[in-house]
Amino acid sequence: MRLTFTIQRFNPEVDSSAHPQEIRLDVGRGMTVLDALIRIKQECDGSLALRYSCRSSICGSCAMTINGSEKLACRTSLRKELERHRQITVAPLRNFPVIKDLVVDMAPFWGKIRDVQPWLSPGSALPRAGGAHSHPEFHNVDACIMCGACVAACTVYEVSKGFAGPAALAKADRFLSDPREAGASTRARLSALQGEHGIWDCTRCNFCVEVCPKDVQPMEAIIRLRRASLDRGMTTTGGARHILGFTSLVEQQGHLNEALMPLKVVGLSPSRLLHILPLGIKMLLKGKIPNPLGHAFPGLSHLKALIRRAKRPMPPV
Amino acid sequence: MKYALYPGCAAQGATPELYQSTRAIIGRLGIEVVELAAASCCGAGVVTEVHPDMALAINARTFAQAEALGLDVMTICGTCQGVMSAANQRLKTEPGTLDRINALLAPEGLTYQGHVQVKHLLWIVVRDIGLARLGDLVSVPMRDFHIAPFYGCYILRPSWDLGFDDPENPQSLERVITAVGGEPVPYEGRTKCCGFPIILEKEAIAVAMAGAHMSEAKDQGADFLVTPCPLCHMSLDIYQERAGRAVGRELHLPILHLPQLLGLAMGISAKDLGLAHHLISVDSIVATLGRRQTHS
Repeated sequence: MRLTFTIQRFNPEVDSSAHPQEIRLDVGRGMTVLDALIRIKQECDGSLALRYSCRSSICGSCAMTINGSEKLACRTSLRKELERHRQITVAPLRNFPVIKDLVVDMAPFWGKIRDVQPWLSPGSALPRAGGAHSHPEFHNVDACIMCGACVAACTVYEVSKGFAGPAALAKADRFLSDPREAGASTRARLSALQGEHGIWDCTRCNFCVEVCPKDVQPMEAIIRLRRASLDRGMTTTGGARHILGFTSLVEQQGHLNEALMPLKVVGLSPSRLLHILPLGIKMLLKGKIPNPLGHAFPGLSHLKALIRRAKRPMPPV
Repeated sequence: MKYALYPGCAAQGATPELYQSTRAIIGRLGIEVVELAAASCCGAGVVTEVHPDMALAINARTFAQAEALGLDVMTICGTCQGVMSAANQRLKTEPGTLDRINALLAPEGLTYQGHVQVKHLLWIVVRDIGLARLGDLVSVPMRDFHIAPFYGCYILRPSWDLGFDDPENPQSLERVITAVGGEPVPYEGRTKCCGFPIILEKEAIAVAMAGAHMSEAKDQGADFLVTPCPLCHMSLDIYQERAGRAVGRELHLPILHLPQLLGLAMGISAKDLGLAHHLISVDSIVATLGRRQTHS
């Protein structure tokens, strides 16, 4: 079958901006996008730049944007892509500087990884109980192949390049889960992630979870880091106040209450209150501020009792 | 066609127009509902960050209430849909979880067997009512309107929990827009994040996200946006002025809730659809449609 590939090309030595190139190629059954790109480079246009190595979803070098989504070219079937999108478009990963064609500069990615100090600190304790006999629980985060797909798909990183990003934060969670990490190191690790571009920037959009080729679920790792922060009393950031305030409203009223939520997050900071006040007034005038006392509903006492039971620690199995 | 209606917090709070417009259209669509008046918040993906079992328990309680009525749940909020789909999936498939949570429900005399399906109004319109039937109900077509769909995150991802639209290329909103006579606007931002979950504590990031998507939709010729999620609505409507400042332009894009779009197309009045609650005025759309009605 003859297929048209639309490939985004960019050569910084001659191009002022990226442009699409259409290339037609005879393809066979069972081919992947990477198989096709290698043949295009060999048979149609040797100047096409792409990065690949293992061809079997292990090395993580061939992540790119295929039909608008982040994928490893080596594990993406041409047939399935055609069924899903009726076309094949290939572009470099988003959110990364492009070096040439499909090759992006991974330096910012490695920088973010380095920032979370992905190593055990000197002075780390010997394995805790269970030790060498039990496999540490890394929640599959250790399956990460650093392909960059999650960072390319991250909707926060798209507008805020300072954000640590899903890959680095998942890496931090992997070390948090390591039984050899000393308590003090864990605390320091979490403490460093409370800052401006840390764990509280994530909107939980689930893009990273959806695109990860290894089911690492970086967003779930970020949620574990948030929970671990609360467990250690790190509750003063806006993000921590948000999730604690939200949960306490559900405990008290059974529902979220938008009249109280901003106060839970902002607290009593006069400048922040002044910042949200204009919107609050507009909402009030438009009938968008609910009764701060909530609304009574049948079964609230049952609900409160249920929440008390659910929050009780489970007896050890 | 009967469902247990789960309105969610936003429709009973800061987006009362969503509840109002839902109530105004469901009869016309042939949907009968029993409202789950004793149901709580779904947790919005937030409660689970603090206490996972609390989040599962409050959702299992809602499902048990619907199951007792013998009805599937209808949501009108993309976030509720995503959170409840994920909770339901865990309860139905994770070994031991349903039993553990049922033990928590027992003192209230509730139990969940795992038989309830949770469906967003959008899915019910597309799959259960059908677009042909919807087309028959349209009396004021959205002719000449370029309408940008804004899905939001939770109704699409993770796809294995939701199982309706393809998150890489969803089509349900586009098909609804076409069925009511409008022209769907293609743009990348339609599946991205509105920023709402961090808008109170990280406003600069959130409004930059919302602003980028609205700006893109406007560049593609959108007259207005339609969303199945009230949290996206808050980000796009209430914060639109600030989002515009973040991207350096005035946006002036009215944002409709899905049931408001359906309602306008079925000739329901602006008042009954709660359009006066919006911060970004919908008047120009209503006026255009009104002129068409008087001429026809």
